[in-house]
Amino acid sequence: MSEANLSMEHGAGVMEERPFAIPSKKLVMWLFIISDACTFGAMLFAYGYVRNAAPDWPHHFETASIINVAIMTFILVTSSLTMLIGTRAAHAGDKARAIRFTFITVALGLVFAALHLREWASMIHEGATLFQNPWGAPLFGASFFGITGLHLAHVISGAIALTVVALGYKRGRYNADDIEIWSLYWHFVDLVWMFVVPMVYLLNVAQ
Amino acid sequence: MSAEGSLKTDLTVYVGILVLAGVQIFMAYHSPGVVRMLVIAAIQAFLAVMFFMHLRDEKSTLKLALIPATLFVLVMMNMVWADSFRLIQFRAFPK
Repeated sequence: MSEANLSMEHGAGVMEERPFAIPSKKLVMWLFIISDACTFGAMLFAYGYVRNAAPDWPHHFETASIINVAIMTFILVTSSLTMLIGTRAAHAGDKARAIRFTFITVALGLVFAALHLREWASMIHEGATLFQNPWGAPLFGASFFGITGLHLAHVISGAIALTVVALGYKRGRYNADDIEIWSLYWHFVDLVWMFVVPMVYLLNVAQ
Repeated sequence: MSAEGSLKTDLTVYVGILVLAGVQIFMAYHSPGVVRMLVIAAIQAFLAVMFFMHLRDEKSTLKLALIPATLFVLVMMNMVWADSFRLIQFRAFPK
């Protein structure tokens, strides 16, 4: 039974306006985003807790690591810009441009993931793992790989989701609203990185 | 998405976020401080939510539904700091 018939049967006659004036699926994405923000918030608070309480927390990140993080930040923020251009193109009805920019976003996301994995490999090679840390407090490894791993999982799943939505949009299965809704997710992943960088990297620079 | 926004606004916000990221990196070497770093991160996040995610174009009911609840949860998480500082000095809980 359609929503319109349902409201007619209950005597409303006219469809009531949506309380938030957005499609239901966009509201669902916003709700997911705030719940995910709380998840990342809890992870970062836990990180702050153990960092604060550990007297031998390592200040491990050399300038090369910070340059790598700066490049990763540039790539991720740029991917948000390309996603915005893609979303605007989708709403303007320029399908080819929307798909092109969505795929550029995906490519930038994958470059970000590759740089991140390279950094991980270097740290693992030096002896840092989830359960051990050669430079001091043992919880460093667990909290570093936990937070950056959760973020990396979001980037990779976002790249997969954007690919699926862009291909579906190309075939006519999805519309501009779907591109916009997944762009919200992508911007959120970018937003989280803005907190991960200072907390995890910049406050632990080797001086 | 509202038609009011423009690519010019997007580019301005994009550059603003990158400049703030640069300021954070500069601070990391010259005057690192968790509060200052997080204030800058919060400004970046505000710009991203309002301009990239276009929350500023949404109805105020949506803003009221999302923002206070999220901030409340995140502010309440600050309760952990007292215990975290106690651990530094290994003080016992008061009896």
